[in-house]
Amino acid sequence: MATKQVTPTDEFVKGLWRDNPVFVQVLGMCPALAVSNTAMNALAMGLATTFVLLMSGLSVSLLRNFIPREARIVSFICIIATFVTSVDYLIMAISLELHRALGAFIALIVVNCLILGRAEAFASKNRPGRALLDGLGMGIGFTLALLFIGVVREILGSGSIFGFAVLPDTFQTWTVMVLPSGGFFAMALWLLIVNRLKQRETEAAKQTKRALS
Amino acid sequence: MNAPETQPQTSAWSIYRAIVGIGVFCALVIVIVFQSTADRIRQNQERFLAAAISEVLPASKSTIAVTLSDGGRLAATTETLALPVFLAYDEDSRLVGAVLAAEGMGYQDNIRVLYSYSFDKNAIVGFKILDSKETPGLGDRVEIEPHFIANFEALDVRLNSNGDKLDHEIMTVKQGEKTEPWQVDGITGATITSEAIGNLLNESAKAWIPVLERDAMSIEVTPGGGQ
Repeated sequence: MATKQVTPTDEFVKGLWRDNPVFVQVLGMCPALAVSNTAMNALAMGLATTFVLLMSGLSVSLLRNFIPREARIVSFICIIATFVTSVDYLIMAISLELHRALGAFIALIVVNCLILGRAEAFASKNRPGRALLDGLGMGIGFTLALLFIGVVREILGSGSIFGFAVLPDTFQTWTVMVLPSGGFFAMALWLLIVNRLKQRETEAAKQTKRALS
Repeated sequence: MNAPETQPQTSAWSIYRAIVGIGVFCALVIVIVFQSTADRIRQNQERFLAAAISEVLPASKSTIAVTLSDGGRLAATTETLALPVFLAYDEDSRLVGAVLAAEGMGYQDNIRVLYSYSFDKNAIVGFKILDSKETPGLGDRVEIEPHFIANFEALDVRLNSNGDKLDHEIMTVKQGEKTEPWQVDGITGATITSEAIGNLLNESAKAWIPVLERDAMSIEVTPGGGQ
């Protein structure tokens, strides 16, 4: 089995680039497009999702021998919903302002297919330590991707980053970038860049292979 | 490889066990988190409300929560209401205004707001949105759009000569078409939300301002009460 040779570091790093949840697996599009209108919202959403990924990954991995195959989806959803509810209360306890800024999207973490996807594809088949690393890597990859989209949208749509103005007042802001459709534009831009880089990577790998043989 | 098909059928018992077990586990986690954060959340909410009151009515130094008694008169209350109404006093226990919470249906969900009423100016003089789930980038601009916020620096809600009704109902008009002091200048692109705010203020003002004008002066000020 190939997984035997995978080191713990690989489990962590793969979520950042090779299997980035947003740019490569194209999972969790709803929050990635909806809550990335400012860099701050993107960061908060990413961190909340990371927490849920970590906790649900750990729980699913610990309970993996207890959950029969037939009842796995209902069990995973139940566990994920529990941690989303917890995150909701925790954010309310930390800051009501942040809770207001994220609005309805916290509850929607439940239906983020990234979390169910990792529970099903990884955590239910691996030991808790690996599931935690995988969750952390995927979570950080998700957060970074959201942040990338958020930064582009905030600069073009509001002329600022994290609320600090970075462009001169004479800059005509592109309101469309703050609206939902702007999420698709920013997403397309990043997908274009990421896919181009990936393509060059595979071409380079092919060439070295040919040179070696 | 058809590994799953060669596996023996899972017994119903183990499925029940897993589902019930996970249900109990999840319930436990939620109860623990709820119990351990409840105090913090309540404190946050109290602090948030106190900060919101002094934001909409900076002159306020202490407040008394009031409600309608059975006889339809205004009376002090110690209950925590969903939509509280406060009378606000300055250092010398002089009445400086009233702070009211109001609620109404927006585009997505209920919008909760807090506004202040000045007895001297017969106008709404402060406004803050407590809770809204309006569309980001569209409806939620009611919280940041300067011309919309400027509506509530002095929104006329004077009573008619009988003192039982508003002289003019609060109305939301299209952006840039505000001509009268009781009109709310709306936001293009947030039409439904800005109309919802006009309506909910109108409903609340219609119900409360005649009562406040009639009874507010007769409420006993207890020293040290309120926030």
